[in-house]
Amino acid sequence: MSLDILLPLLGGLLIGASALLLLGVSGRIAGVSGIVGGLMLAPRGDRSWRLAFLGGLMVGGLLLLGIDPAALPDGLPATTPIVVLAGFLVGYGARAANGCTSGHGVCGLGRRSRRSLVAVLVFMGAGVITAQLVRPLLGGAL
Amino acid sequence: MIHMLAPVVSGLLFALGLGLAGMTRPTQVLAFLEFRDPALMLTMGAAVAVTGLGFPLLLRRSRPLLGPRFLLPTRSDLDRPLIVGAVLFGVGWGLVGLCPGPALTGLVAGDPRQWLFVAAMLAGMFIHQRLERSAS
Repeated sequence: MSLDILLPLLGGLLIGASALLLLGVSGRIAGVSGIVGGLMLAPRGDRSWRLAFLGGLMVGGLLLLGIDPAALPDGLPATTPIVVLAGFLVGYGARAANGCTSGHGVCGLGRRSRRSLVAVLVFMGAGVITAQLVRPLLGGAL
Repeated sequence: MIHMLAPVVSGLLFALGLGLAGMTRPTQVLAFLEFRDPALMLTMGAAVAVTGLGFPLLLRRSRPLLGPRFLLPTRSDLDRPLIVGAVLFGVGWGLVGLCPGPALTGLVAGDPRQWLFVAAMLAGMFIHQRLERSAS
């Protein structure tokens, strides 16, 4: 099997294992937007595990940087105003929908949640349309 | 202390998985959304295969290893915020190719515009929280 297939598969297995670990040991859903968003309103005792997860995420990022800097982004493919707009939409939308790619995608589909299935179909559809139709339309403004 | 180990390792595995899969690179995510590179389908498939097989086994137990109970969403209704939120999220994702996990994981590369993306994302989360609180 070529690396083009092996690495995406292995990455997916690790992401799945990460969700199993958090649910099996802590009883929590590994949804990044929920973990971050919860920091803003969670009671004190509910904050430390969230910070621990985010700390692990950062250490993972540093490891990636050490192993293969090319694994991390070397610039975002849009202008600064679009980057800000996209960030805002991702944050607001994920909280409104109660989940993102990890919470609804990886965990929700694994729980066979109807809400998650609908959310995944809708955000994949919106993502595909935006990438294929809206980005070219923005053209020079991108 | 032991209670913090699982979340740390979970976050670590999550970041490494994203990195191996290439999801931390916005250009790769856009190539997937543009149907030029289906590799991320394998990533999503593998991750959901693990949770789809593993979650039911874990949930057979009455409680998690180090916690009083499993904290799972219980709703099953399809309401407007779910749909509108997913559309807004998808548009933001498709514009730049970043979703929350990869955006945070990639911060260590030090690109100021990625920090700006995360700041805007946190602002979006915060504003949603405020609006929701004032509506209720």
